Amino acid sequence: MSFDDWMLALHVLSAFSYVAGLVLFWVLIVAARRTDTPGPTLSFAPFTKVGNAAVGIGAGGTIVLGIFLAFSVGDYDIWDPWIVAALVLWFVAAGLGQRTGKAYLVPVQKAQELNAAGQTGPNTELLALNRTSQGLMLQFLASLVLLLILADMIWKPGA
Amino acid sequence: MSAVFAAVRAEEQNFPLFVHVLGATILVGGLLTAATILALARGDARSLRVGYWTLLAMSFPGWIIMRVGAQWIYSEQGWDDLPDDFEEPAWLGIGYFAADLGGLILLVSLIVGGIGVYRLRADKGSGLLRATMILSLILLAAYVVAAWAMSGKPN
Repeated sequence: MSFDDWMLALHVLSAFSYVAGLVLFWVLIVAARRTDTPGPTLSFAPFTKVGNAAVGIGAGGTIVLGIFLAFSVGDYDIWDPWIVAALVLWFVAAGLGQRTGKAYLVPVQKAQELNAAGQTGPNTELLALNRTSQGLMLQFLASLVLLLILADMIWKPGA
Repeated sequence: MSAVFAAVRAEEQNFPLFVHVLGATILVGGLLTAATILALARGDARSLRVGYWTLLAMSFPGWIIMRVGAQWIYSEQGWDDLPDDFEEPAWLGIGYFAADLGGLILLVSLIVGGIGVYRLRADKGSGLLRATMILSLILLAAYVVAAWAMSGKPN
């Protein structure tokens, strides 16, 4: 394996990590939709850390190694349409991911408040926050954008 | 230089490859999620059930999509038209080995985990779900190696 082959393999593994993080957040989002008490809402925190690590490693690895490969591999240039499209989509996905994270931070803060006040029972406001339609829509859009990046990487339009 | 770089892939191979990679990413995502939740559940029955259902509802369909895509692109690339004595490249062998043996281990972990969830309802402990978590971690490691082999194409 050449150095570029190694970089490509790590680039692909980074993409796997990115999607794995997204899958983990999907599972948490679905699980949270039936959660109306502070305890279980806060119990998602350790899982969220793993998801954040997977997305962070994935997003960082794909962009850094992807740009490296665009310069290193002779057949490709950074201004190739499919590479430009991938870069734009990567930034869109990152922005959507950040906004999704913020949307799902609201129920966590609410759960912390309820916990601090000693209200550990079911709470309709917390349930509504856990079922945020804005967060769900943002997560759906982020997933769609990653799907588009995958399609772009395979079909390479304009290559 | 990797075949991915050098070869201009025939247009009809793109969709099978897309299906294969999409399935593989869902499979790996499901395994990471299930293993994480099962490992960090700390005996919480609800979390343990979520971990098991992730394996069943994400990893298993992901494996099927990945395996269908693999066979499809194998056929599109003409590997099945080669003579029997032709030695296939190592990356292809690693991929098939991981996919098929991994599928078997996934099935075993689903059965063991299913019994574990049933026992959890009867309050008989979560030992079998711990076994499912260990199998998920082994599978995750195997599929990371397979993804490395399929993309880097050693030999």
